[in-house]
Amino acid sequence: MPSIQETALKHGLSPDAPVVAFEGVSIGFEGNEVLRNVSFTVMPGETRILLGPAGGGKSVLLKLVDGLLKPDSGRIFVFGEEVTAMPERELFKLRRRIGMVFQESALFDSINVEDNVAYRLNEEGVAPEEAHRRVVEALEFVELGHAIEKFPSELSGGMRRRVSIARAIITGPDLILYDSPTGGLDPITSTTIIALVAKQRDVSQTTSLLITHRLQDAFTLATHYYNQKEQQLEPLPKGTLEENTKFLVLNEGRVVFDGTTLELTHTEDPWIREYLA
Amino acid sequence: MPIPLPSPTAWVKSKLLALQEYSLLAGRAFRSLLTPPIYWGDLFQQMDLIGVGSLPIVVLTGFFTGCVLALQAATALQQFGAVSKTGNLVALSMVKELGPVLTGLMVSGRNASGMASELGSMRVTEQIDAMRALGVDPVRKLVAPRILATVFMLFWLSILSMCMGILGGGLVAVFLLGLDGHAYFTSTYSALVWADLWQGLTKPVFFGFIISSIGCYFGMQTKGGTQGVGRATTEAVVASSILIIVSDFILTRFLIGILGR
Repeated sequence: MPSIQETALKHGLSPDAPVVAFEGVSIGFEGNEVLRNVSFTVMPGETRILLGPAGGGKSVLLKLVDGLLKPDSGRIFVFGEEVTAMPERELFKLRRRIGMVFQESALFDSINVEDNVAYRLNEEGVAPEEAHRRVVEALEFVELGHAIEKFPSELSGGMRRRVSIARAIITGPDLILYDSPTGGLDPITSTTIIALVAKQRDVSQTTSLLITHRLQDAFTLATHYYNQKEQQLEPLPKGTLEENTKFLVLNEGRVVFDGTTLELTHTEDPWIREYLA
Repeated sequence: MPIPLPSPTAWVKSKLLALQEYSLLAGRAFRSLLTPPIYWGDLFQQMDLIGVGSLPIVVLTGFFTGCVLALQAATALQQFGAVSKTGNLVALSMVKELGPVLTGLMVSGRNASGMASELGSMRVTEQIDAMRALGVDPVRKLVAPRILATVFMLFWLSILSMCMGILGGGLVAVFLLGLDGHAYFTSTYSALVWADLWQGLTKPVFFGFIISSIGCYFGMQTKGGTQGVGRATTEAVVASSILIIVSDFILTRFLIGILGR
């Protein structure tokens, strides 16, 4: 497993500086406070899993990281740059280093899979042949090479999620945000998606934030690794855990847990124990 | 349970906020047209959808409005023995007023609703957020081409509507009223002066901006799923139609003041 230093260098990041840092962030909508004084950091190469009941502000937190929403108070730093102080024009540049997988995939329904996956490449003026080659590569990564000419309406929910992952990883981002990538999917498809998340984590060592409502997905990521040779998810040796996979638990807009898998499973907090049960 | 009445202060604040959001959107769209990248492909696609797509309704509306205008004008002018002036009345009405306004209202019904529903659907399915997350400015990509395309195409559609109205009036004058065709078209031509044309050609530019900016604004502000898309579509058509009528009065007063007729 590569060290934090190696991972950081691979993505052009400083090993000591957090990729994402929240400092006392609060945000509300129409009088309802959704996040209250949230602070945490995500280090290079880390996979941070966000847990918590529905409506707890997890998706809002992810949108804040990408600058899609602005907080009412507090500061957010991504790659050392203060997102909260950046105008939209500068955010577009920053977002080129971030891949985002939306809750409902958010594929553009009037264009086919190839154009969806190549969207960012086409915007950057990449030559059509080069863009096609990279689309094929990204779709093969998510095992959907055969669906390149299909339209989003012709795909199942799981396939749409995989296309969304391909779209997020095609430019080799330094940070990936997964908003409930397994939400509403059957257990088998969910396992396939989690295997892809682990593959991206273990092959590219990309820093990521992942929201999930399925505890088993979260613990699969913490206890398994992607075997590149066998091309499948395999359990880590007994008694070991994926050390770069950490947890952040939100309840009613507040951070109620921030730590490692071991700390989470041994917590004394009655609410978290009940939630995990 | 009684429905609570909204506070007047909150209502005024919400309307002022909406006006601010609309002005910011329009300003950003205008700025996007002056700086690269400009999405030419999207612009031409919108021109085709708005301009070519609206041709049948604009042709039909213009033609039959001219027909009705000739019939009504002839009835009124007969009392003064001035039926031969039918051409003057049709031409002046179509060029100065009915051509631009009716074309604006028809295009508003067809395109402001289309823009609001398309952008609204994209909004509620997070496609707009996805676009931003992919580093693309949705105002530049979606709003600016729609505004420019509508302003440009409404100008030509209005000219077409004026011509169809004069033609329709001519056919009624010749075949139903028994007037001389040559005399009718000569009277339409001689009735118009440059000030009338200026008035008729200035209005579509403003109406085009109103239709597209209002349609895009309601689309981009959509909330609340498919019900929200339906609401945005209705509000876009109602708001743009009312604004066309109100701005027509203001523009007419202003242009008469400048042009003298």
